[in-house]
Amino acid sequence: MTDGSRRTIRFTLNGRTVTAGIAVFETVVEVLQREFALFGARESCGQGLCGCCTVVVNGTAVSGCLYLAAFVDGADVVTIEGLAAHGVLDPVQEAFVSQGGLQCGFCTPGFVLMTKELLEQEPHPTDDQIRHYLSGNLCRCASYPEIIKAVRMAADRVED
Amino acid sequence: MSVGQSIRRLEGHAKVTGTAEYIHHLRLPGMLSGKIHRSTVAHGRIVRIDSSAALALPGVHAVITIDEVLAVAPSPYYGPAFHDQPILAHRKVRYVGEPVAVVLASDPHIAEEASDLIQVEYDPIDPVFDEVAAARPDAPIIHDVLKPAGMFTDLKHLGGRSGTNVALDARLRRGDVSKGFAEADHVFEDTFTTGKVIHATFEPMVSLAELHGADGLTIHTASQSPSFVRAEVSRLLGWAENRVRVRTAHLGGGFGAKLYIKLEALVAVCALLVRRPVRIALSMDEQFYTITKHGATVRIKTGVTSDGRMIAREVETHWNGGAYADIGPRVTQKSGFTAAGPYDIEHVALDNYAVYTNEPPAGALRGFGISQLVWAYERQADIIAKTLGIDPIEFRRRNVLRKGRPHATGTIVSDMEIDAVLDLLEQRMDWRRPFDRGSGAIRRGRGVAIGLKACISPTTSVAMVLLYGDGSCALQCGTVDMGQASDTALAQIVSEVLGIPTASVRVVRPDTDVTPYDMATLGSRSMFHMGNAVKAAAEDVRAQVLRIAATSLGGGGVTELSELEYVDAEVVSSRGARMTLREIMLARFAMQAGTIVGVGSFTPSYKKPDLSTGQSADVTPFWMLGGAGAEIAVDTETGRIEVTRLVNVADVGRAINPASVDLQLTGAAIMQLGFTLFEEMVFSDGQVVNASLADYKIPGFLDLPADISAAYVEVPHSHGPYGAKGVGETGVFSPSPAIANALYDALGIVVRHLPLTPERVLRAIREADGRPLEDES
Repeated sequence: MTDGSRRTIRFTLNGRTVTAGIAVFETVVEVLQREFALFGARESCGQGLCGCCTVVVNGTAVSGCLYLAAFVDGADVVTIEGLAAHGVLDPVQEAFVSQGGLQCGFCTPGFVLMTKELLEQEPHPTDDQIRHYLSGNLCRCASYPEIIKAVRMAADRVED
Repeated sequence: MSVGQSIRRLEGHAKVTGTAEYIHHLRLPGMLSGKIHRSTVAHGRIVRIDSSAALALPGVHAVITIDEVLAVAPSPYYGPAFHDQPILAHRKVRYVGEPVAVVLASDPHIAEEASDLIQVEYDPIDPVFDEVAAARPDAPIIHDVLKPAGMFTDLKHLGGRSGTNVALDARLRRGDVSKGFAEADHVFEDTFTTGKVIHATFEPMVSLAELHGADGLTIHTASQSPSFVRAEVSRLLGWAENRVRVRTAHLGGGFGAKLYIKLEALVAVCALLVRRPVRIALSMDEQFYTITKHGATVRIKTGVTSDGRMIAREVETHWNGGAYADIGPRVTQKSGFTAAGPYDIEHVALDNYAVYTNEPPAGALRGFGISQLVWAYERQADIIAKTLGIDPIEFRRRNVLRKGRPHATGTIVSDMEIDAVLDLLEQRMDWRRPFDRGSGAIRRGRGVAIGLKACISPTTSVAMVLLYGDGSCALQCGTVDMGQASDTALAQIVSEVLGIPTASVRVVRPDTDVTPYDMATLGSRSMFHMGNAVKAAAEDVRAQVLRIAATSLGGGGVTELSELEYVDAEVVSSRGARMTLREIMLARFAMQAGTIVGVGSFTPSYKKPDLSTGQSADVTPFWMLGGAGAEIAVDTETGRIEVTRLVNVADVGRAINPASVDLQLTGAAIMQLGFTLFEEMVFSDGQVVNASLADYKIPGFLDLPADISAAYVEVPHSHGPYGAKGVGETGVFSPSPAIANALYDALGIVVRHLPLTPERVLRAIREADGRPLEDES
């Protein structure tokens, strides 16, 4: 269904098939917030530089403040809310809480999702690999040393 | 049992699952979104505002200008120190980016599109941007007349002053500085400057307002100062404070950006005018036009004896306050009086000028002016030490303020451990070991610095601890947790007093209808002030519980209070009878019902400084001391500095939550690292040209020193809750001069302006080499 500026998209969101009416210029973050009341991906810099808006589309982390909602039609979308769907924290989330790898928390969902992606690709990352992989995510409170500890801890846990 | 433990933050689960509440996420039924149209000139009179094209755009509900605002706020000027900032530009604009009009539409995209269709005609006036130039008598005048807010008695004398851009001149005089310079063996004089930087909070400023019939107004806002917002919006509307409710959620960062009035007055008047809820949310770039840190020009002159004793110091600081005073005059005075540093100097003269310029307003940013001053006095300290051939740490040791000695204000120093902090810094830096300064293109250096802050005074915090019918409890206080883990630390205090687990304390989000008055979450004051209030409130609950137990224990007969003891959330009598909190509530209210309310309030003692000398016997409730040590590698071919090691040390009184203290110290130091090496707002004719994270770089993982750590001295403060002091800002004091001192150690060059960009460093290197680079075209 299209009338040029609006259309309906259908996609998998955290394991469930959903549909949404969207405007073609709307971003994934706008649609997740308005249609699904999911606020874990949020816009901050608006330029895809800080990572606060991170969502996972077909297994790859993208900047949800730039990624058009129209592009997730037919895709598999995972947000931070999909990680602890049954109330049990993912080991990465658990590690961030345990190591104090957060302060204001605005950037935290993005860091958690990128860490998951890192550990899928590299289960035993070195500190350098951690820094490089997460360099596209920014934390204005600068919890960076604690985030490194959290990633190390998550790597140990995931391995078990 | 919980104080002193690194207890996990209470809201950690909500934050890692993306479910923590931020005002950024709030949508209200029927709300309109506002988009601000901003001034395109730095200084000018508004000739005409044409909103017709914006109003013609389908979906636009209204365009609000100052003409509409005046109908509900006849005197539309606000501010914590001066009533100088209009809700929307009134007759004049004073900086590029100043809000001139707001478009309201149900669709934020339409509001944004329409805001660009507003046409404003200006009659330009000469602008002035530099803080020293703006303070001269011949500068263009930005505000016709000064309008102190009246809340601060020491600003009263400025009322009605006209023909000047100097909003406040704050003086301190101790001894006779000219006599001191005459007696000195060496006199050093330097000028150091800093650029403007911003907070860049990741949750940009956001406020919503909704009406409640004729009764009042609720403002939902990402604010560090709900009590101030309530008082100021009430004043603007001519209402009693109890008609305005201000509530917050978790803040996605604050750092001083979200203090006083930012968007709150604007959303309030918009909601009143259109009788619908209104939301205004800034984008990242708009934050650059809202509030900044002060740029400063610091001229510092120091007289020293040949054995390295500082005996006279004169500091003249011009603070670039931008177009509106915000809290700038407080920064000027409250930080200004520490400009002689943590040193025992007999003759001191300090002059601080809060200066209006045609740049975006400057206010509080983590450290409240302290880091600009430490940058100057600690940079000069190493120039003096090197000239006299004294080791930098030894030079500081010869001069630091010791307990029982008067600070430059006259306040006798107590509860501050400068020597211990210096010792710790020396030890953590392995200062006595040989240091390889490198060869070839890459050179190495190391440096240290220490900085002093006096916590702002006098301020008040009030807290309530509520015990419910089932024995569970809640803490109601106005301290805003913006990431510093204050919820957790304050709950730890309740836990300590009442013997219940920290995680079981419900901390209520600040809401002026519910939480009692708190001055604001700023200036590292909360742990000390609110901590004391919370402790008193919890102790009040405990005392009430004991009194109830005295009449209930032992089957009706009254037990003497002296026979009772409060142990681990139970009351135990000397005869062995015991009651849990739940049983005590049942005994008091005969069923699972009722509430016990404990109240605590804290205002420290204070003596106002003398207006002409700045002298006060009691100027601050606590001194904060922070030191840093840096090791750097500098590429002499590119001027790029790599900080390889950054050690941060502090006197914290007592760490209520050691993990949070570490996080605050290193987090602050990394933020300051950005301000030291690359963060700087770049202006062209008053226009910020790098208003985005693409062009204004903040620290990321790849900027992190390979070795960064924090360490602290714990000597309990006599009046702090369990000995605690504030620590949120301490980490920003000293990294900038420590890094610049390391550069001085490596190459002997002096860069006088922050940040130490590769270009500035390279220019200094080439100048020292006698091969200066060409000037910028």
